[in-house]
Amino acid sequence: MSNAESVLKPTLVTMPPREATKPLFDRAHEWITTVDHKRLGILYIVYALVFLVIGGIEATIMRIQLAVPHAHFVSPQVFNQMFTMHGTTMIFFVAMPVLFGFANYFVPLMIGARDMAFPRLNAFSFWMSALGGIILYFSFLGGSGLYGAGSAPDVGWFAYAPLTSPAFSLGHSTDYWIIGLLVSGVGSIGTTLNIATTVLCMRCPGMTLGRMPLFAWLNLVMSGLVLVVVSPLTAAQIMLLVDRYLGGHFFDTQAGGSAVLWMHFFWIFGHPEVYVLIIPAFAFISEIVPVFSRKPIFGYSIMVAATVTIGFISLGVWAHHMFTVGMTSYGNAFFVGSTMAISVPTGIKIFNWLGTLWGGKIVFKTPMLFCIGFLFQFLIAGLTGIMLAAAPFDWQLGNSYFVVAHFHYVIVGGILFALFAAFYYWFPKMSGKMYDETLGKWHFWLFLIGFHLTFDFMHIPGVLGMPRRIYTYEPGRGWEIWNLIVSIGMLFQIIGVLIFVWNLVWSYFKGKAAGNDPWDAWTLEWSTASPPPEYNFATIPVVRSRRPLWDLKHPEDPDWKYE
Amino acid sequence: MAATTLALPPAEMPLPQEYRGHVGMWCLIIAESAIFTIFVVAYLYYAGKSLSGPTPAEVLHVPWFNSVCLFASSFTIVMAERAIVQGKTRPFGIWWLLTIALGAIFILGTAREWYHLIYDDGLTISSSLFGTTFYSLVGLHASHVIIGLTGLSIIMICTALGYVKQEHAPRIEVFAMYWHFVDAIWVVVLTVVYFVAR
Repeated sequence: MSNAESVLKPTLVTMPPREATKPLFDRAHEWITTVDHKRLGILYIVYALVFLVIGGIEATIMRIQLAVPHAHFVSPQVFNQMFTMHGTTMIFFVAMPVLFGFANYFVPLMIGARDMAFPRLNAFSFWMSALGGIILYFSFLGGSGLYGAGSAPDVGWFAYAPLTSPAFSLGHSTDYWIIGLLVSGVGSIGTTLNIATTVLCMRCPGMTLGRMPLFAWLNLVMSGLVLVVVSPLTAAQIMLLVDRYLGGHFFDTQAGGSAVLWMHFFWIFGHPEVYVLIIPAFAFISEIVPVFSRKPIFGYSIMVAATVTIGFISLGVWAHHMFTVGMTSYGNAFFVGSTMAISVPTGIKIFNWLGTLWGGKIVFKTPMLFCIGFLFQFLIAGLTGIMLAAAPFDWQLGNSYFVVAHFHYVIVGGILFALFAAFYYWFPKMSGKMYDETLGKWHFWLFLIGFHLTFDFMHIPGVLGMPRRIYTYEPGRGWEIWNLIVSIGMLFQIIGVLIFVWNLVWSYFKGKAAGNDPWDAWTLEWSTASPPPEYNFATIPVVRSRRPLWDLKHPEDPDWKYE
Repeated sequence: MAATTLALPPAEMPLPQEYRGHVGMWCLIIAESAIFTIFVVAYLYYAGKSLSGPTPAEVLHVPWFNSVCLFASSFTIVMAERAIVQGKTRPFGIWWLLTIALGAIFILGTAREWYHLIYDDGLTISSSLFGTTFYSLVGLHASHVIIGLTGLSIIMICTALGYVKQEHAPRIEVFAMYWHFVDAIWVVVLTVVYFVAR
């Protein structure tokens, strides 16, 4: 590596002196008014971590309530608010902002740009997303309007009609849900518009679409998806506001409206949303696995093609959330077929990651451990997904804990594991400090054990008939032991996350200096200082292959000779 | 330095940085189209399902004059774009003002139509499903026209004060894309509301 560093020396930029000397007020002012993509990326990530803790507390409250039958930890009303807020928070105010944060930080660095295409729009989008989260959580104080104690929304994260109609949802709790998501939706559109434009217009010389890191490609696909799927949710929520405030009848069955139409509109957003979240997770895996296998990614172009295919097919699978509602047999057959079809490109990706690992010199650092965990768990999540995609199977297990276990396997076992991998992989670049490897391994193993205790065993009460969203249950149905194990698993996950947060905070202040390129990696973000200076690159880089840093470090055997 | 001394490779750069405004606007148009799609689907889905009158056939009249004005404004804005590309700010201002006038005629026409529907025909947003879907879809479009008119007016004020120059032509073009989108969507809304679902 020392050889590589000497090759890189001329491009390095020295960091300006640390800003710790400035008064606190000035530093806060700088963060609030910043339009720098790296600072906004960190704002997104920190904001999401705060909500991760809040959403985690809500999950813990639910698991304490369900640990034993006939528990009285919280009332049914509070339980309804907890699952509504947990779902809404985790999807809209944790997963989306944290993924936008990483995209914001690393897309410009990886394509050799000095900033995003629209820096001010970037800041606007972040603050809109932040406002959305604040509006949603203000509902705890102001949810029921002026009549005393407040209340949070309790209609479930998909807010089915007629629960949201004025007759069944008094006060303003549902309005906070609608407006909070509407506002954050504007932020999502703004930031994805920005990411797409950045990828298309801001690449450095030589960075053709075919040489772009997969990270940039996958975030481009994700951005395109957000543009076409978040807007339908916005449209449906405008309709809901028309119903609630102007006396409209969109989802009012008594006036001829349709509750099922809301389901369609919600899931036209809701299912592609899963792919909006998992595609950036794929992006992390596609960057980290090659570096820790010491091999270039296997099947680059097939990976791109598979991602684009997933994006397209994901737009035509939404009604598999509605098999139990009752559709025509043609409708059922179409959505069974399309849902199963999406497993083909997804399988291709898994095989490509395995192909990358195959014959590589695998380095088991913390980011790689999380990637390996991702591969196993995402596969199982996909398999239960195929089971639920079969309509007759879904008629039995729809709306049961089996479904809850399935989608948590995707979101926690897949997306969150990939996110942890990304945190450990890029923490040295973002902070300039190395994290503690031992603590990282503790986090991995504790979280892995906790994850499997919770979500493996959650499938079983589902198969035994336990419906989702019940606030308690009778003893003697054979559900008790499984629920207890599920709740115990939570404990391991909490300890794991606490170690993770401690590791980040401690390493930020006390960690060893990381240097520019601690992993001996190949993409452009590792060619600049850690953390990168405001202008990213002193001179705009010129690239000739998919691994520009490899070319720099190995002038005798550069990639561009073979590509 | 190995990398910088290399001759610049033949880069595939179909979209240079100067076009980022256009690309961004295209993204916005895609997102907006998705919003309109949902409202159009709702309109078609509920067509003929109202439990009470009046029906579209009884009260709706095709707004020919309005529509011609709006479509004509797409032509005038193209003329304005051509003028500013050549740096002719005076013709630009005249064509731009014409565009605003045509857009204003459209929105005033919609206001008259709605007044008539509400006070003479008794069709309101809460009176029936037809009312809900009609005012939502046409209103969504009308709100886009109002946003467009606001933007057009701001640029008009800047032009009158002498701030708009030839170098701003690309930005004017980006804004004009939005106005063309508002016009193009009216083709869809007009067809769906006044012809298909009567």
